[in-house]
Amino acid sequence: MLNNRWELNKNLAQMLKGGVIMDVTTPEQAKIAEAAGACAVMALERIPADIRAAGGVSRMSDPKMIKGIQQAVSIPVMAKCRIGHFAEAQILQAIEIDYIDESEVLSPADDKYHIDKTAFEVPFVCGAKDLGEALRRIAEGAAMIRTKGEPGTGDVVQAVRHMRMMQAEIRRLGSMAEDELFEAAKQLQVPCELVQYVHENKKLPVVNFAAGGVATPADAALMMQLGAEGVFVGSGIFKSGNPEKRAAAIVKAVTNFTDAKMLAELSEDLGEAMVGINEQEINLLMAQRGQ
Amino acid sequence: MRLGVLALQGAFIEHEQALQRLGVDFTEIRQLADLEHEYTNKNCKLDGLIIPGGESTVQGKLLHDLELFQPIQELIQHDMPVFGTCAGLLLLAEKISNDERCHLATMHITAMRNAYGRQLGSFFTEAEFKGLGKIPMTFIRAPYITEVASDVEVLAEVNGKIVAARQGKQLVTAFHPELHNDQHYNDAVHAYFLQMINE
Repeated sequence: MLNNRWELNKNLAQMLKGGVIMDVTTPEQAKIAEAAGACAVMALERIPADIRAAGGVSRMSDPKMIKGIQQAVSIPVMAKCRIGHFAEAQILQAIEIDYIDESEVLSPADDKYHIDKTAFEVPFVCGAKDLGEALRRIAEGAAMIRTKGEPGTGDVVQAVRHMRMMQAEIRRLGSMAEDELFEAAKQLQVPCELVQYVHENKKLPVVNFAAGGVATPADAALMMQLGAEGVFVGSGIFKSGNPEKRAAAIVKAVTNFTDAKMLAELSEDLGEAMVGINEQEINLLMAQRGQ
Repeated sequence: MRLGVLALQGAFIEHEQALQRLGVDFTEIRQLADLEHEYTNKNCKLDGLIIPGGESTVQGKLLHDLELFQPIQELIQHDMPVFGTCAGLLLLAEKISNDERCHLATMHITAMRNAYGRQLGSFFTEAEFKGLGKIPMTFIRAPYITEVASDVEVLAEVNGKIVAARQGKQLVTAFHPELHNDQHYNDAVHAYFLQMINE
C-alpha cells in the first residue's frame, strides 16, 4: 500500500465529507467562499448557469485564472476538464490542482471514452446518474463521485433522481445472493469486484457528493438526508442576492442537516435565490453527456 | 467510557468506526445542544473529545458559528482529554506559522498548514511512534509541527519533522490513524489515547 495514489486520493475526498464545495470564478469569490466555510472551491471561468446561457463550446479554464485562485485560498482547489480530454487533465495536473472534475458541464471532447484516470497522480471526481455510471468511473480511476444533477438550473430534481437511483441500486445489490452478483455486474457493465464491494459494504468504494441544482440550505439538507456525504454548490451561491450569507447558511445546513429548527433559522432572510429554470424549460440536458 | 466526536466537517465517521472497533461509546457533537446534553449539574460527563481531519478553516468557523468554541476551549483548558488529527492538530495549535488565524490554541505547539504542499504532496509511510513501534501513517495535505514548548512530548517524527505530540491530556497527530483498519495495526493510536484518558 506504499504510496498508492488512488488510496491517498480517495482519502482526500474523505476529508471533504460533511462539507460544501463551491464554484468560484475569481480570487475574490474564492476568498468569500473560504471565509463562508467552503471545504474546497471549484475554479472555473463561467459558472454553469452562464455556460448554459452563453451556449457554444465550453472548455477547461485558463490555467492563469486557476493559479490566481490557488494563490488566494488555503483550502483545496478543484478544476474541470472536458469528458475524455486527457490533455486538459494533464495540464491541470501540471499546475498541481488538488482535484480534477471530469465534467459534463463542459462540452465533451470524446463521445465514447472517458479519461483513463489511473494514469494520473492527481485525483478525479466524476458525475454519475446511477450506480452503473458511478462504478464505471471508479473502474477508470475516479477517487470521488458526485451526482450529475442538472447544473446551472437551480432545480434540484435531477440530483434527487440520481441520488435516489444510486441508493436504490446499492440497496438492491446489498440484498442479493452472492451468486447473483455476476449477472448484476454484467447488467451494470462494471467489474465484478466493484459489485462485490458494494454488496458487502452497502456503499460506494469512494465518497459520494450531491451536485447539480442545489440552491438553498433546504436543498443541501435534502441531499444529505438522501445519503450524500457532502454537497457541491455551483451557480446557487454567486447567482443569488447575498452570496456570503447563503454560502454560510448552506455550510451550516450540511453539518446539521437533520435539525429542522436550525434549518428554519438558516433559511431566513437569505435574499433572492438564483432564479432557476425547470427541467422542462431547458434544451440541453448536461446530465446526458458521458454515460 | 464515553467520548465526544466533533462532527462539524471532515472524517469523523472514520474515528467513530475506530471507537466502535475498540468497543468505546461515543456521541457526535454537531451543535451546542449536543454538548449541553452531556452535562449534569454543570459537569461535562464526556471522558474525552476527538477532533477529526477535514478543513481547519471550516471546522474553526463552525465552532464559532455554532457557539461551541468557548465551551470546548474551556473543557480542554480544564483537562478534558482531547485527540486531534490533521485539521484537529491545527485547531489545537497555539500558533500556525503560515496562517494569521489560530483556533482553540490550547496546545503549546507551532504548526505549519499544508506543510507538504498540495494533494500531490500527500503520502503514506511507516514510522516509529513512541511506545507503539512502527505504525502506518497517511498524510493528506497534512501539517507538521515546527516548534514545541518544553511541556510538550514529541511522539513521532518523519524526515526530521514532528508529526505527533502530547501535552498533558492533549494528543495530536499530523497523520490520520483513523484511516487504517488492518488487524496488524489494531487502532494503536486510538488505544493510546484511551490509555491517556485512564492515566
